[in-house]
Amino acid sequence: MDTYQITTHTVEETIQLAEKLAILLKPGDVITLEGDLGAGKTTFTKGIAVGLGVKRNVTSPTFTIIKEYEGELPLYHMDVYRLEHSDEDIGFDEYFNGDGICIVEWARFIQDYLPQNRLEITISYINEHSRELAFTAWGDHFKYVLNELQL
Amino acid sequence: MKKDTILLGIETSCDETAVAIVKNGREILANVVASQIDSHKRFGGVVPEIASRHHVEQITYVLEEARQQSNTVWEDIDGIAVTEGPGLVGALLVGVNAAKALAFAKQKPLIGVHHIAGHIYANRLEKEFEFPLLALIVSGGHTELVLMKSHGAYELIGETRDDAAGEAYDKVARMLQLPYPGGPQIDRLAELGEEAIDFPRAWLEQNSYDFSFSGLKSSVINTIHNAKQRGKELRKEDIAASFQASVIDVLTTKTVRAAKEFDVKQVIIAGGVAANRGLRSALEAEFAKTSIPLLIPPLNLCTDNAAMIAAAGTIAFEQGRRSGLELNARPSLLLK
Repeated sequence: MDTYQITTHTVEETIQLAEKLAILLKPGDVITLEGDLGAGKTTFTKGIAVGLGVKRNVTSPTFTIIKEYEGELPLYHMDVYRLEHSDEDIGFDEYFNGDGICIVEWARFIQDYLPQNRLEITISYINEHSRELAFTAWGDHFKYVLNELQL
Repeated sequence: MKKDTILLGIETSCDETAVAIVKNGREILANVVASQIDSHKRFGGVVPEIASRHHVEQITYVLEEARQQSNTVWEDIDGIAVTEGPGLVGALLVGVNAAKALAFAKQKPLIGVHHIAGHIYANRLEKEFEFPLLALIVSGGHTELVLMKSHGAYELIGETRDDAAGEAYDKVARMLQLPYPGGPQIDRLAELGEEAIDFPRAWLEQNSYDFSFSGLKSSVINTIHNAKQRGKELRKEDIAASFQASVIDVLTTKTVRAAKEFDVKQVIIAGGVAANRGLRSALEAEFAKTSIPLLIPPLNLCTDNAAMIAAAGTIAFEQGRRSGLELNARPSLLLK
């Protein structure tokens, strides 16, 4: 397990970091995002989408749980907050072993379904514009991704 | 004399199992809705897997009830309209498969309908459309401004770039520890509160009809946190009133501006948030100053129902549009 922490000072900086990460991803990659309401989970995902060449605007998936986007790789954006008390599998395997990138907000609510190899990102609020991003890489592929991200 | 068109509509995109039978796209012969809201309340939101299971349990009963209420026989039905998207995939699939089975077994044309087109056409059950018209759709999953120049033609002129208005309501309600669904709770509290906090309004670029509620959500969080750090407790009523004022201000201002720019003959409001009293009265007050008629459907047609799907489907049916039996649930379907 490797870790990496960085502080961003503007929304643009956060989005750029996400774009840089997106380029390093491959089909079937799973990224989990933790952070309080308003921390910037959807904003970070917007950056990933830009990096993946998604043309459509990424909006919050809270209501529908999963939103899908077409890009150079498909992007599956999930917010599983509302699955907190339901021990239900809504077909995660198909997404996690699929042909695209999965981003899971509030992933701790589906801990049992998450694949072993994944990139965990926790976004913490510092002040109105600044955020601390903590990355934890599980598995060799994500260790490589994290190394590249720091260059 | 032109024969009547009678369509059966099915809607299962979220947490309502609904079947309706509608004549000529305007007259409701039956409109049955089985709500699951009590099942989802304790989870603080719709739980997809539970929603689909409820749909499976209820669809045949709701269907039978609608058929009995309408006093129709299968020979009277000209086609089956069903919501194909957007929505929860597992929930949509139940309606889509029920519709396909019926279309196949009864040899009826099948028509896939966009959920938002349905919300717009809910208004036609009350009043005939006059074009061009502008529709503001506000619900848990949607915040959109749609311009229509003729039947069945939808031009998206504005949409949310982050959270839907209803989502912002639910998230702020979560912070205020209010029960689900958050919208009606905030609406109720807002009536008791003062607009004491000046929350931001996201106008975006000068000519944009897009919306953004994420910044407002963050501002509400920051305000609550900052007050707590200073040992002050803000009144929930005031937070609700101030938050709601910001949402309503942006929705109302942009809708009025679009209505004037496109010189529309009608403005219609659709979707669950149209039930919000604060929003209704603000829009009514603003449009009373113009000569543009404002249509807000009754509550039972604002929330998800199948009469609206049959109504929108009737237009598609009359325009000769049909779906094949390969029709599938499309969770991220775009309105065109």
